[in-house]
Amino acid sequence: MRYIEPHAHMVSRTTDDYVSMVATGCAAVCEPAFWAGFDRTSAAGFHDYFLQLTDYEPKRAAKFGLPHFCWLCINPKEAEDVGLAEEVLALIPEFIDRPNVLGIGEIGLNKNSRNELKVLEMHIDLAARHDQLILVHTPHLEDKFKGTKLTLDALRNNSRIRPERVIIDHVEEHTVKMVLDAGFWAGMTLYPGSKCSPVRAIDIIETYGGERLWMNSACDWGVSIPLSIPYTAMEMRKRGHTAAAVDAMIYQNPHRFLSQCAKFAIP
Amino acid sequence: MTRQAILDLDFVEARHKLIDLGAFLDRVARAEGRDDFRLTAFHAAIAELAKPAPHAAERILLVFSDPTSEPIPAATTKAACGAWPGAV
Repeated sequence: MRYIEPHAHMVSRTTDDYVSMVATGCAAVCEPAFWAGFDRTSAAGFHDYFLQLTDYEPKRAAKFGLPHFCWLCINPKEAEDVGLAEEVLALIPEFIDRPNVLGIGEIGLNKNSRNELKVLEMHIDLAARHDQLILVHTPHLEDKFKGTKLTLDALRNNSRIRPERVIIDHVEEHTVKMVLDAGFWAGMTLYPGSKCSPVRAIDIIETYGGERLWMNSACDWGVSIPLSIPYTAMEMRKRGHTAAAVDAMIYQNPHRFLSQCAKFAIP
Repeated sequence: MTRQAILDLDFVEARHKLIDLGAFLDRVARAEGRDDFRLTAFHAAIAELAKPAPHAAERILLVFSDPTSEPIPAATTKAACGAWPGAV
């Protein structure tokens, strides 16, 4: 079995996780910029974080033979402060051409506030100006449905954005259809207590087809499972999906989307 | 997969989860004090569960969701609680 982990916050994980991922067939890992669990106090904190994502973490992953890629942004949980967001966005062009940067992400909304939406639109504009792929986080729990609709509107309002170059992550049964119908890719996050469980993710694949879907663990500093993709692959096999169908979902699909960035290559 | 095969594969686990829901409601009922909008939403979601499939998961998620379309003035918290307070 081979797979791509298209969404994992490896700066929060141990070297044991790298070993387990590689041992179970992980061929590449992609790390969106995210909230550290606390608010950074200045843009300088983000500068250091972007250095970590583009320099230190790929070296750490390489020790385990794992190609490491990343996405850059100020995440929605810190987007209420528009002034800080403007400062952080101004830093991103300095990093955007680094060899492991795939695009802008994970941007989006958290509580669906006016300032979050403004910062989302700033990120979309930045991605359009630099012709970058976009990875979108959608809100949690009761805020997801509304946040997904607002996000789709913001993306569609920017005529330079091509839906096939955008993945909307953390979809569930009530949001996946609107994302796919609008022409975007959809990501399913396999979490133990929220978002999608492995069995529900497979239900979604069986219902909507696997053309523009991927799965990820989004493992971070919280309760999450770095091996949730191979575990879900096992569940797919149990449900009668062929080895080829599993490979298409956990390797070929993310490879197809991510290869729209010329820097994405698996040796 | 056939319905029989799905029942063979998943029935016991689904039964287990259903009993857990019942035990959760018993636990809430046993406890003292007031409940809130989350329990109201939970009961509404159970009503959706009782309706015929398909789309049960989607309907349950929508019961818990904010159905409005305008951004809120400002985010005063980062966390979500699982149910929309405005439904009550």
